[in-house]
Amino acid sequence: MVQETYLNKKARESEIPESFVYGGIPEEKPDEKKIQENKFSELDRYINLYKKEPGQLIIILQKAQDIFGHLPEEVQAYIAEKTGTPVSEVNGVVTFYSLFSTEPRGKYTLDICMGTACYIKGAQELMDTLKDNLQVDAGETTRNRLFTVKSTRCIGACGLAPILVVNGEVHGNASSGEGMKIIQKYRKGEDSESKKH
Amino acid sequence: MKVKNTEDLREIKDEFFPLIKQRMGYSNGLGITQVLVCSGTACSSAESQDFRLELERELDRRNLRDNVRVFKTGCFGFCQHGPIIMVHPGEVFYSKVRPEDVKEFVETHLISGRVVERLLYQNNGQKANNIEDINFFKAQKRIVLRNCGVIDPEEIGEYIARDGYFALADIILNKKPAEIIDRINKSGLRGRGGAGFPTGLKWELAAGQNVSPKYVLCNGDEGDPGAFMDRSILEGDPHSILEAMTVAGYCIGAAQGYIYVRAEYPIAVERLETAIDQAREYGLLGKNLFGTSFDFDIGLRLGAGAFVCGEETALLHSVMGQRGEPRPRPPYPAQEGLWGKPTLISNVETYANIPVILREGWEWYKGHGTSSSKGSKVFSLAGKINNTGLIEVPMGTSLRTIVFDIGGGIPGGKKFKAVQTGGPSGGCIPEKYLELPIDYESLKEIGSMMGSGGMIVMDEENCMVDIARFYVEFTQDESCGRCTPCRVGTKRLLEILKRITEGKGEMEDLELLEKLAFDIRDASLCGLGQTAPNPVISTMRYFKEEYIAHIRDKTCPAGVCKALLDFTIDEAKCAACGLCAKVCAAGAITGAGGQPYRIDPDKCLKCAACVAKCPKKAITKGVRKEAVNIAETGIHTGTGSQEERAAL
Amino acid sequence: MQRPEYTPGPVVRKKGQLYDHPEKDIEKIRLTIDGREVEAEKGMNILEAARLAGIEIPSLCYLRHINEIGSCRVCLVEVEIKGAKTLQASCVYPVTEGLVVHTSSPRVRRVRKTMVELLLSDHYRECTTCIRNLNCELQNVADNLGIRNIKYTGEMKSLQVQNENSFIIRDYNKCIKCRRCEAICSKVQEVNVYSALNRGYDTVIAPAFMQDLSAVACITCGQCVIACPTASLTEKECVESVWEALEDPDKFVVVQTAPSIQVTLGEVFGYEVGTVVTGKLVTALRRLAFDRVFATDFTADLTIMEEAHELLERLDGHGKLPLLSSCSPGWVKFAEHFYPEFLENLSTCKSPHEMFGALTKTYFAEKEGLDPKKIVVVAIMPCTAKKFEASRPEMGTGEFKDVDWVLTTRELARMIRQAGINFHDLLDEEYDIPMGIASGAGAIFGSTGGVIEAAVRTAYYLTSGQEMDLLDYEELRGFSGLKEVWIELKGRKIKVAVAHGTGNARVMMERLKAGEQFDYVEIMACPGGCVGGGGQPIFGTREHKEISLDYRHNRADALDRIDFSKELRRAHENPAVKKIYEEFLGHPLSDMSKKLLHTYYTPRGKAPGLNLGGIKGSHAGHVKENMPPHDTQYMPQE
Repeated sequence: MVQETYLNKKARESEIPESFVYGGIPEEKPDEKKIQENKFSELDRYINLYKKEPGQLIIILQKAQDIFGHLPEEVQAYIAEKTGTPVSEVNGVVTFYSLFSTEPRGKYTLDICMGTACYIKGAQELMDTLKDNLQVDAGETTRNRLFTVKSTRCIGACGLAPILVVNGEVHGNASSGEGMKIIQKYRKGEDSESKKH
Repeated sequence: MKVKNTEDLREIKDEFFPLIKQRMGYSNGLGITQVLVCSGTACSSAESQDFRLELERELDRRNLRDNVRVFKTGCFGFCQHGPIIMVHPGEVFYSKVRPEDVKEFVETHLISGRVVERLLYQNNGQKANNIEDINFFKAQKRIVLRNCGVIDPEEIGEYIARDGYFALADIILNKKPAEIIDRINKSGLRGRGGAGFPTGLKWELAAGQNVSPKYVLCNGDEGDPGAFMDRSILEGDPHSILEAMTVAGYCIGAAQGYIYVRAEYPIAVERLETAIDQAREYGLLGKNLFGTSFDFDIGLRLGAGAFVCGEETALLHSVMGQRGEPRPRPPYPAQEGLWGKPTLISNVETYANIPVILREGWEWYKGHGTSSSKGSKVFSLAGKINNTGLIEVPMGTSLRTIVFDIGGGIPGGKKFKAVQTGGPSGGCIPEKYLELPIDYESLKEIGSMMGSGGMIVMDEENCMVDIARFYVEFTQDESCGRCTPCRVGTKRLLEILKRITEGKGEMEDLELLEKLAFDIRDASLCGLGQTAPNPVISTMRYFKEEYIAHIRDKTCPAGVCKALLDFTIDEAKCAACGLCAKVCAAGAITGAGGQPYRIDPDKCLKCAACVAKCPKKAITKGVRKEAVNIAETGIHTGTGSQEERAAL
Repeated sequence: MQRPEYTPGPVVRKKGQLYDHPEKDIEKIRLTIDGREVEAEKGMNILEAARLAGIEIPSLCYLRHINEIGSCRVCLVEVEIKGAKTLQASCVYPVTEGLVVHTSSPRVRRVRKTMVELLLSDHYRECTTCIRNLNCELQNVADNLGIRNIKYTGEMKSLQVQNENSFIIRDYNKCIKCRRCEAICSKVQEVNVYSALNRGYDTVIAPAFMQDLSAVACITCGQCVIACPTASLTEKECVESVWEALEDPDKFVVVQTAPSIQVTLGEVFGYEVGTVVTGKLVTALRRLAFDRVFATDFTADLTIMEEAHELLERLDGHGKLPLLSSCSPGWVKFAEHFYPEFLENLSTCKSPHEMFGALTKTYFAEKEGLDPKKIVVVAIMPCTAKKFEASRPEMGTGEFKDVDWVLTTRELARMIRQAGINFHDLLDEEYDIPMGIASGAGAIFGSTGGVIEAAVRTAYYLTSGQEMDLLDYEELRGFSGLKEVWIELKGRKIKVAVAHGTGNARVMMERLKAGEQFDYVEIMACPGGCVGGGGQPIFGTREHKEISLDYRHNRADALDRIDFSKELRRAHENPAVKKIYEEFLGHPLSDMSKKLLHTYYTPRGKAPGLNLGGIKGSHAGHVKENMPPHDTQYMPQE
C-alpha cells in the first residue's frame, strides 16, 4: 500500500493562498495583534497539512521560520502543542540544525560559504572584512537590523569561490573587496527606499 | 497518461527522440536549432537564467521561435567557465556568456550561421569550437552523468527518450527481485557515499528481512565542503534517481521511498518536486505500477543544515523529524531503519548507477574500473585549479590525469602541494602519490578516502597545518555532541592546532596531537568522529616539517597563519608619506617626515590595512623568520626565541 | 568522611537470570572474554555478559533497559571482527556465538583513559566540596583507571547553575552528557523535560530553552537525580536550615519519617538492601536533638480514613469517578500539567506528610500548649517532589506552612554523619506517642499498590463491618507497571487499578480518556512507589550500576515484612487515629478535616514558563490568569 507522504505540489499550493495579506485588506496600518494572529493561522494550515504524515517536524519548523522570520520560543511551544511533541524535543531539533534561527535576522542575511574551496580562496578574509565593517560577530545582526552575517556550509558552487549569498542570491568570486561592494549596493538600495517614504 | 507497458514508453520516446538525436550529433530532419542553457547552480548563480530569458525575448522579437528552441539542462560540469550554452547542430560550446551577448549571439550564430569566436572556450590559447576539443572533457567517461547537459531535467519525455524507465518496466513486468539483486551484485557496484560497501549485499540484506513495511531512502545530504556531485545529478537527471529507487523498492519489497536533500540546494529540490509530480502523472510512481500490484511512491525530506545527517543512522533520525544524531550499529538500517523497519539507504550517485547497469548489463559495467572498484566515479574538482568543475572518470584514473589533464593544472604557475579527497573525513595526498590510480583501497592505504568525491587542490600558498585546523574546526562545529571523543576530543584537537597556528605550540603538542587523533579515530561512535582526525593524521604524515616550522621556528612557510606573519616596511621604497600610520588602527606604525616608517610587530594586529594603503607598495607581509633577520635594525620582533616561548 | 562500606545485598536475581523472563527458555551463547570461554544469554550485550562472568567493565552512560546509547565510550572493548580487532562499546554490542572479546588490552586501557580524561577536561572538578564526593560514578571510574593528570586542557563550559526552585539543582558544568536523566524522564516517566540542545561541544542536556525546572512541566519526581552519575543533578539541600532550627532554643522541632525511610536509610550505612532499621532511625533522630520523633505512617492511616470515606461518597454519586489517589505529589503535578481535565477526579486529600504538618501545628500544638509559630516541622521523605509540595502556597494556613523543611533520605544520612553518630552502634528506640503510632497499612504506603490496598481494607470494613480477606489484593502488589482488579464493595463490583511511574500513569490516563470505566485508581509518580523515590540513596561507587531501580523489590519486601509483623494492620483500628477524630477532627470529611487535611489543584499547562495566553487556540501556556504563582518565590523561611 502506498503511504500518502508526498502531497502533490499543486494541491499543496491550492491550500495556501498565493498572497497572504497580513492584517486584513482594508486597514492601512494592520495592528500587531492581528498580524500575529494571521501568522499563527497560516502556520496552522501548514501544521494541519503536514501533521498527517509521520516525522514532519522539520518541515513544519522550516515553514514557521519562513512565516515568522525566526523561531521564537512561543512559536516553538505552539508547534509542540499543536503537533503533540514535547517542547523539549522541538527545542532540541531547532537548536540542532544550523538553518534554524531563534533570533530575529536582519533584512539581509549574508551567508559566507565556508566550504573548503571557498576557504582556500579567501572566504575567511571576506568574513573578517564583513565582520569588521559591520561591527558584528558571525551569527549576529547589525543594530539597525539590516544585515545578519553568518557562515554557511558548502553550497556547491565551488567554481565561483569564494561565495557570498545574500538572501538566497548567490554572488560568486566575492573577494573581500567585492563583498564590500555588494553590501554597499544593498545599503544604497535601502537608503533610496527610505527616502521614498 | 498512465504508462502501462514498454509500448507506451516507446510512444513517448518516439515523440522526444528527434531532439535528443540532434544533441547526440545526428541529423534529425526537423530543421531546427537547439540552444541548451546550463541551469545548474553554478551557472544559474552566474546569471545563466538571465541569458536564457533575454534570448527568448530576442527570439520573440525576431520571430525565430519556430526555428530555434531553447532548453534548460543540467550541469555540464565545466563550472569555472559558466554560464555555458551549447548549440546544436554543430555541438558548439560557448562559455562565460552574458545577457549582453544575446544580441550578438542571435545575429551571428543563429541568423548568419557563423560561430561567435569571442565566446568560445580557449584551450591553451587554441579556440575550441566543439566540446570534443576541450581537454576538460577528453579524459572523462560519463556514465552517471550521461544525461547531465543533454536532457532537460524538467521534461520526463526527454529522460524516456534516453531509454529511461524501460528497465523499470521490464523488471516489474518480467523479472524477479532476486534476479535483479544478482545483477547488481555481479556488477561490483559499491556505495558511492564514501565507505564503499557492496550495494548488492545491502539490497540482499534488506530484501531478506521478513518485516513490513520497508523503506527505500536516498541520501542526498551532500555535506562535504567542496563536493557537489549529488547536487548536479539531482539537478540534471532527477528521473534516474526515481527509477533506481523504484527498482530498489521492487527488489526489497518496499512501497515507500524518501529522498533526503539539503535545503541549501533549492534548484535540486525544485527539480525533484517537478520530476516526482511528472512520474506520478505518468503512472511511474503511485499505485499499481504498470498495472501490477506493485505500489511505490517517493516523498521529499529537506535537511536543515547538519553535516552529520550524511551518516546513515543520523539520516534516519533526521528523516523522522528528530535531531540528526547517530546511533550505534548493529542493528544496521537494513535491519532496523525508519520507524524501526528495514530501510535501504544509498547515496544519490549509487542510485544513479543502477539504471545504466540494468540497461547496459553488468558485464559492460564491470568492464570499467579496477579489480576492486568497478565503474566510474564523479568528482567535484575545486580549489587551486584552473578548471573547477564536475568530472566523471573511470575508477583507476590517476590523480595526475585528473589534476593536470582534466583540471588544467594550478593557476598562476604556482607549485602543486597536495590534493585533499574525502572532505573532512579524508586526507591530504602529497605530490609523490600523483601517479596513484585511485580507487577505494588505494586511497585508504595512503591515509585518505574516496568519500563522496570532493577533490580540493592545494598549492604552495596553502598551509597544511591551517588546512588541518580548518577541517577539524568544521567537524568540531558539525559534531552532534553525542559521544565523548567527538564532542570533547575534537574540541581539544582543535585547541592544540590553534595553539600551533598561533605560534604557541610546543614540540610535545605534536605527540599529544597524534595520540589524541588516533584515540578519537578508535573510539568515536559514528563515521564522522572516526574520520574527523584524518586531515590531522594525513598532514602530520606527509607535511610534518610544516608543523615543526610552526612550533620550533614560529614561522608559517606558506605565509597563511596570521599570528606568525610580520609586516615590514621596505625602507628603500618608503616615501614617508605617513598614510600607513594613519590607517593603522592599532597604532603600530611610527615615523616622522623624511624618515622611513616602522611597524612595531608587538602592536601589529596583522590586518593588512597598511599594505592596501601604501602608494609605494613598500609594505610586505613575510614569514617570521625573515623578520628575525632585520632585528639588528632596531625593530623589536619578538619572535621564536626560547625565552619568548617560555613567556607565552 | 569514610567511604561507606557496601556489603552486597541479597542476590536480586540468580546468575544467568539477568533479564526479566524466567519463564522462557533462554538461548545460551558461548563467547570468549579475555581468553576465557563464558556463557551468556541471547540478546545480552557484552557488558552484561562480562559482568556475569565476573569481569567489570567501567561505564558511565549505560542504564540497563533505560539508556543504551553507547555514547560515553568508556566501556569500550576490543572485539575481533573478521580477524581485525575493533573497539566497540560493550554496552550496545550484542553477544554472538563464538565472539572474541578483550576487555583489558593495552589499547582498551589507553583509549578508556583518554575518554575519561576528556570528560574530566570539561568537568567542573571541585570534588572535595561536591555533594557527590566519594559517591560519584565519574570519580570512581577515574580512580579505577588510575588517572593522575589530565593532558588535554582547554576551554571549559561555565554556565549558570540553575537553582531557582525548591527541589532540584541543575549544574551544567558537572554534566558529562550521558543522557541518563533525559532517558529516564522521557522513557520511564514520559514527562520529557530534558532534551539535548545545541550540538557538538555546546551540547547541553536541558529543559526547553534552558529554563529552570520550575518554569517547565517538570513533575519534580527526582528520578533524574537518582539517574545522574555526577552532581549535575542534585536535590536542593536544606540540611543547614534544619541544623539552624535544631540549634535555635526557641524552636520546637518535630520530625516525621515517611514509611519507606526505615527500609532504605540502612543502605547508606552499609546494611543490606531491604534491611529494616526503624529503631536505629528513631534513635538517630533523637540524638540529632529533634524534640519529637513521629512517623508519617500515622497520617498515612489518617489519609486512608479520609480517602476511604471519599471513595464511598463518590461511589454514592457525590463527586467524580474514578477517584484518583493524591498522595504522590509528583503524580499530582503530572496531572496538573498533562491531564488538567481530570483534576476533579483527584482525591482532595493532602499527602500524609502535609496532613501531619497541619495537625502538628494545630492539634499537637494545642495539646502540648505550644505556639504553632515556634513549631518547626521537618519531614524525612524519599522524595524531591515533597520539597516542591511543601512550598505550595495552599499547603498551609497562610500564617504558617504545614511542613517547614523536607529532607531526603540522603540528606538525613548526611546529617547523621555530620553529627558523628555511629549508626551501627545505635540501639533501637520507639517513636513518640501519639503521632508515632501506626498500622501496617500506613507502612505499605511506601510501595506501589499499598495505598489502594490499605484504603480498600478500610472501605470494606466501613461498609460491611467485616474485615476483608487480606489475600484478596495480592494482585495489586508487585512490580508490574499497571495492575487492575475487580473488588466487591458495598454489594457492587468496583474496578480498581494501580499504576506506578508516570509513564504507566500516562497509559492509564489515556485509557480513562478513551472512556474506560474505573472506580478507584492509585498512581505513584516513581517506579515502584516511594521505595524507588527520587530522594532515596544513590550509589555512585557501586559497580553494578542499575541505580536503585533493581533494589526496589527488596525495599518493598521489607515494607511488607513490617506490615506482616504488626498486630495493628488496618488504619481504622489505629487507636491514635480514633482518638484524633474523637478529640479534634470529629469524623472523616468533617469541616475541620476538610480545612486542614484537604486541598485543591491547579492546571499548570505544558509550558508554564512561557506566556502563551495571547495565542489563539493554545493550551501550552498558563491556563488561568489568576492561577497561584508557580513555585519560585514561596521558599521556606528564607
